[in-house]
Parts: sequence; structure tokens; C-alpha cells
Amino acid sequence: MTHKESETKGMSLIVKTITRLTVGIIISFGVYIICHGHLSPGGGFAGGVIVALSFIHLMLAYGGEEAFKRLSKRTASLWESAGAIFFLGLALLGFTGGYFFLNFLPKGENFALFSAGIIPLCNLAISIKVGAGLFSIFVALVSLKISAEALKVKLKKGKNQL
Amino acid sequence: MIELYLLLVLMIVGAIIAIEIQDLLSSVIAVGAVGLVLSITFLILKAPDVAITQLVVEILCLMILIRATLKKDLPFSTTGRWFLNTLIALCFIAMFLMLFAQCVPELPRFGHPIMRVARIYLDQGMLKTGAANIVSSVILDFRAFDTLGEATILFTAVIGVLAIVRRIGRKKEDEKEVEGEE
Repeated sequence: MTHKESETKGMSLIVKTITRLTVGIIISFGVYIICHGHLSPGGGFAGGVIVALSFIHLMLAYGGEEAFKRLSKRTASLWESAGAIFFLGLALLGFTGGYFFLNFLPKGENFALFSAGIIPLCNLAISIKVGAGLFSIFVALVSLKISAEALKVKLKKGKNQL
Repeated sequence: MIELYLLLVLMIVGAIIAIEIQDLLSSVIAVGAVGLVLSITFLILKAPDVAITQLVVEILCLMILIRATLKKDLPFSTTGRWFLNTLIALCFIAMFLMLFAQCVPELPRFGHPIMRVARIYLDQGMLKTGAANIVSSVILDFRAFDTLGEATILFTAVIGVLAIVRRIGRKKEDEKEVEGEE
């Protein structure tokens, strides 16, 4: 894609510049919320939604193709399933010590980043799942609208030809 | 406490505006205002976890509403049976108000839960799980089954959306013909 073509897609230059500056901050804030889910308010669900929002932000400003280059629809569904299996696997690994959802890792020091056993890992799994899932829902709904409009245009063209 | 009531009144006003206003975009913005006020309410009630989640989910919902559904013409169903509909609505409101009035005396006072189990979580949550954030220790350790169920619900929702709105299978007969010509 040439430079001129990429300028025509998506929103105006102002929005694109602001997006380029803010999208990294948004995604790192989401990762911060995920990683500190067991220490400060937030957690896997909120952090996952923030990460998904950063991709949606990119998609709204630059158009779908630029966002799909970084996270395609198929990859998003794969990540979602992987997050679900990760979470379930953590729960099943509890059987090594006794029961479902056993916190089998050492607790560690209080208020440290690497503490609380499997809770940070669970946060990570849930955030992957939620982020990828919500992004794919958004993509599905928006691309449905775009494809429906394209179909309408096609139908009109076809009728004109007839 | 007074600010809480102010926020609640603001939320009700916003909800009424969202229903009554004619323009669809203004209605969506009013819904967003209600969500923002709800988030501030959670913050005042000292639930920052819920406030963050409410805020980000509200933003996502607004984006989906604006981006995916706003340009469609939504026909309003105005049937001639307004008298019957109003009567039924009033009956239901009266019924729920009666039930509400019967339930209120049974409720514990605001901020004084009667749950005995939660006391252990609050007292020994950090000792038992090692997580400083008590909410995380509850949703991912004590009540992890609930979180698994919630994750399953979200997974099912995503699968449902992707299955319903995918492009294949949505084409009618005449649309296929047009595509065949090109």
C-alpha cells in the first residue's frame, strides 16, 4: 500500500496522529492492569477489555486492514480459544495437589509482583480470552455492516446492468 | 450520602432522556452518560474494580452501538392497542412495587451484609491466597468456579455472534445470482 492510499482510508490526519501517539499508551496501561490484577484494582477482565479497545481504536482510525495486519480475525479466535484452554488447564492442574482450582504454586511474598500463586496466571488467561473475544465480536458486527453495504451496492449495480 | 442520591437521580434522568429523545445518536450518548455516572457511583461506594470494569465495558458497548447499529433505520412499532399496553404496564408496575414493599423490611441495612461466609474472605483472604487485591483473591481463588462459568458464557457468546453474523450463509438466492454474473 502506498503512502497516498493509506491516507485515504480511515479517519482524518488529526485522528490518525493522535491514535499513533495514544495507542501504545493504552495497550501498556491494559498490560499494567492485567499484571497488577492481584495487587491493585483491575484484573483480567478490565485489562483484557482495555487491550481490545486499543485494537478497536486502531481499527476505527486507520480502517480495518491496518488493524488486521496486527491481529487478524482468525488469530483473534485462536487467541480466544487458547485463553480459555489456558484457564481451564490451570484449573485442572490443581488436581496435582488435590482438587479443582487448587492454588498449587507457592504464595510468595505479599505485595510482590510474583506472588499469590496461580492468580496472576489466571488473570493473564482471562485477559487473553476477553480481549480476543470482544475484539472478534466487534470485528464481526462491523464487518457484517460493511459487507451488507457492499452487497447493497453490488445489487444496485447488478440491477442497473439488467 | 447526599452525592450518592444526586448521582442516582442523574442516572434516572439520563435513562428517561435516552428513552424519550428522538435522535438515535443523542439516545446513545445519554446511555453513555448513565454508564459514566454508574461508574462514579461504584467509585463512591468504594468498589474501584467494578468501576474500572464498568467504565471500559461501557466504552466498548457505546463503540459497538455507534459503529455497528446506528445508521440503520429502526422502525418503531406503534400499534393501536395503546390502552391495553398501558394497562398491562401499569399492572406490572403495581405488582412489582407491592413485592418490593414486602421485600424491603427483610433486607439488611445498607452496608451491613448478613453473609457470614464473606467475613472469612475479608479477614483471611490475603493470608490464604497471598493476593493483596481482595477482589482478585475472591474471583480467582475462593469463587473461581463462578469465573469459569463467566468465561464459558463469554466464549459461548463469541461463538454465537461469529456463527450468526458470518458472511457465508447470509446470502439469499437473488444475491448469489448477481455475484455469479460478475
